[in-house]
Amino acid sequence: MAEAEILSAPMVVEYPFSRTVGPVQSAFLTGLREGLVLGVRTGDGRVLCPPVEYDPVTSEELGELVELGDTGTVTTWSWEPSPRPNQPLDRPFAWALVRMDGADTGLLHVLDAGSPDRVSTGMQVRVRWADQREGAITDIACFEPA
Amino acid sequence: MSPVQLPPALQDVEPVRSIRTPARLEYTFTAGRATSRFLRGIQSHKILGERCGTCGKVILPPRGSCPIDGVPTSEQVELPDRGIVTTFCVVNVKFSGSAMELPYVCATVLPDGGDMGLFGMIQEIPFDQVRMGMRVEAVWVEDDQLTHDLASIKWWRPTGEPDAAYETYREHV
Repeated sequence: MAEAEILSAPMVVEYPFSRTVGPVQSAFLTGLREGLVLGVRTGDGRVLCPPVEYDPVTSEELGELVELGDTGTVTTWSWEPSPRPNQPLDRPFAWALVRMDGADTGLLHVLDAGSPDRVSTGMQVRVRWADQREGAITDIACFEPA
Repeated sequence: MSPVQLPPALQDVEPVRSIRTPARLEYTFTAGRATSRFLRGIQSHKILGERCGTCGKVILPPRGSCPIDGVPTSEQVELPDRGIVTTFCVVNVKFSGSAMELPYVCATVLPDGGDMGLFGMIQEIPFDQVRMGMRVEAVWVEDDQLTHDLASIKWWRPTGEPDAAYETYREHV
């Protein structure tokens, strides 16, 4: 049988999950929707961003949310030369861990820098907010060089 | 009780309670030679299995080899569009994209002369009267709507014949 006679068809498998977020992620996502980046303060004074419900070191329950600015520092990054469909940007970008100013931990997001030559560990970056915000991590459209 | 203390700017706004996190996989399924023959058979209103030369079982839908012996299958066998329900389940949960009215029954139907079952739905009988061993026949779409897709069999319905004895299909359950 010739190859041309072999059938093929497009397939889609999709699981339309949704989940509840708990009190701390709720505050974080509500903050993003309102244009605020929040961290959470631990008992020993560190600030975790993104905030979590329990201290990863002491297991202590956390809840003191603090407002951070919209700038931070790239602590590590990886260049994405050929973005796939549904990735945050349709042009080459960097995946970056951003330590927000005033925080002690990193937030994984996307940096729109145009070229890997313009990305370096330690560089300052700023939030670019999405035009339409709905309470999701994508409310931060990306980071951009500050 | 939550110890969460919100900043003033968030104390009077509607909180986010949940997020959507869909997982989606888009791909192209290539049927291969044997399954292409089977699907073209479906388009022609036929159920075509393939017999294994070693164990003699009729594989359905055929994949070009026997899953028991690992040898290529080559003999085409046309099976009737009648058979028995070997196993089934009553679906009570609505799946996104499904237009089926709840509850409905999904089943494995073993065509007469075949050794593997086809997945299908059982209709034209109340859901709580479907049973293992029940004899059924395929209800096809109109001829001008036949296509190389198992959806060409809309569902299976009872024939009214006596149920098959469990011993006759126990190896297929």
